Amino acid sequence: MKKQSILSRIFLLYLPLIAILLFILFPFYWTFITSVRPAEDLLGRVTYWPSSVSFEAYRQLFTTTVDFFAAIRNSFIVAALTTAVSLTVSTLAGYAFSRYEFIGKRALMTMFLCNNMFPTVLLMIPLFTIMRTLGFLHTPWSLVLSYTTFTIPFSVWLILGFLKDLPMSLEEAALVDGCNRRKAFLKIIMPVLGPCLVATGVYIFMTSWNEYTFAMMFTNNATRTIPVALRNLIGQLGVRWDLLTAGGILTVIPVCIMFFFAQKRLVTGLTAGAVKG
Amino acid sequence: MVKKRSIYPYLLVAPAVLTILLVIFVPVLNAILMSFQSYDLRRPQEIAFIGLENYRAITENTLFWGSLWRTFAWVGFGVGFQFIFGFILALLLNHSFRGRGVVRAVSMIPWVTPGVLIGLMWRWMYDGNFGVINDLLNRLGILSTNIPFLSQVETALPSVIIAIVWQGIPFFALMILAALQGVPSDMYEAADMDGANKVQKLFFITVPSIKNTIFVTLLLRVIWVANSVDIIFTMTEGGPAWSTQTLSVFIFNQANSLNLGIASTMAIVLAILLVLVTIPYLRISFRKED
Repeated sequence: MKKQSILSRIFLLYLPLIAILLFILFPFYWTFITSVRPAEDLLGRVTYWPSSVSFEAYRQLFTTTVDFFAAIRNSFIVAALTTAVSLTVSTLAGYAFSRYEFIGKRALMTMFLCNNMFPTVLLMIPLFTIMRTLGFLHTPWSLVLSYTTFTIPFSVWLILGFLKDLPMSLEEAALVDGCNRRKAFLKIIMPVLGPCLVATGVYIFMTSWNEYTFAMMFTNNATRTIPVALRNLIGQLGVRWDLLTAGGILTVIPVCIMFFFAQKRLVTGLTAGAVKG
Repeated sequence: MVKKRSIYPYLLVAPAVLTILLVIFVPVLNAILMSFQSYDLRRPQEIAFIGLENYRAITENTLFWGSLWRTFAWVGFGVGFQFIFGFILALLLNHSFRGRGVVRAVSMIPWVTPGVLIGLMWRWMYDGNFGVINDLLNRLGILSTNIPFLSQVETALPSVIIAIVWQGIPFFALMILAALQGVPSDMYEAADMDGANKVQKLFFITVPSIKNTIFVTLLLRVIWVANSVDIIFTMTEGGPAWSTQTLSVFIFNQANSLNLGIASTMAIVLAILLVLVTIPYLRISFRKED
């Protein structure tokens, strides 16, 4: 690699990078400063720096007619349950795919691959009836079941990729020592699988936390999640952009924290499959 | 470690397979059945099999054709610009500079932001009276009066496309960056010796080496963007005058107004279009395994 001149580095690297980053980050900056502005600041001349900082919008979000706290609680319940269920189901399937040869394995893996090809709007309509029949409608379980299904393919892919790279010799040694498979799995594999499970769990949690279309169909006032609450607020509050942006900031903070926590492993897992090809 | 005839692996995959059957395959079959019925929940007593009548009805519906062409524009321009800017961002991030890890992580945030929030943020920025985009364009002298971007027919579709481009840049950048890091550096060194310039190296070495990643990422994004409802629905609900109503949004609106037969029929059409797009993707992944 030859040394680039400072000038070409500025024009070919730093300036375009700053331009793209500005485009990516400006909406967040704008949303945040809108949420901490005094309400009367918003409906007037546009300024790029708040005249004073106030957290009144955040207070109102929890104390006025909008029950934003309930939405946060519902989202948390759905996302936590989905993470537990999907992680369990995906780990079992990933383990089977990595450690066993069996008839129909390839067909099943293809089925997993095609899982997310179907339009959400196609599934949504019959699922509404199915959830009602099961008695899941307007309960968190309708969303837990749906989100589990949609997160299985990528979760299995992440876990499978990790297990494939794990040397078999550890387990074999344990099996020779008289452990049964279940014991070998719990004692040998689970501890090293930890970081991979955390990253997969973050992916599942984020997906459930962010989803709107199904949440809108399958919940009611008592069980609605944050995206639905946020979307409804636009209708209810109209021009109260201070409240809307405050709700938005509260929504995105948890996923951002989790994402930074897990991003390295998540990115490695995500790109591994597509890049190898 | 290879056991051929054991019931164990089937037990392990059973929970995953059962949920997929219940949540994906049964609804797909149901939707196919529904598309052959007049199924309007506002007129429950008239639910009956009517053969291909729904399919004939949608071909005569100008809103359907309009939303179909709009879907092509939404996917074509949306994914196209995501790809271009994602590629540029990946090339930039492939240089080494201080703070690269942080920049990479930060530039991924749109990818983890809920669609509803994306719609909400852009809707506020596009606001015709107090929106920051109008203010910026006025200050730069590009506009002399404010434009209500989302409430006039000519500007609404390009405006929502910009929001989906914003959302999709990180995913492309991420995938392409990973692929770039796998291109062996001796290929560039050989090209340097032959006196190739930067553009030649980009088109004759970089692009051919990562074309599979580009292909897979494009397909994943096409499916995702074609199916996306939340951003448009939050920003415009498909309006004004249906000018941002893609097929997915149209189906969503029809389902909300309980016209399930027609909604299912259009959803089947959308699914068929996506299957046509996915076939090359499956072919590639099978070729990889063989």
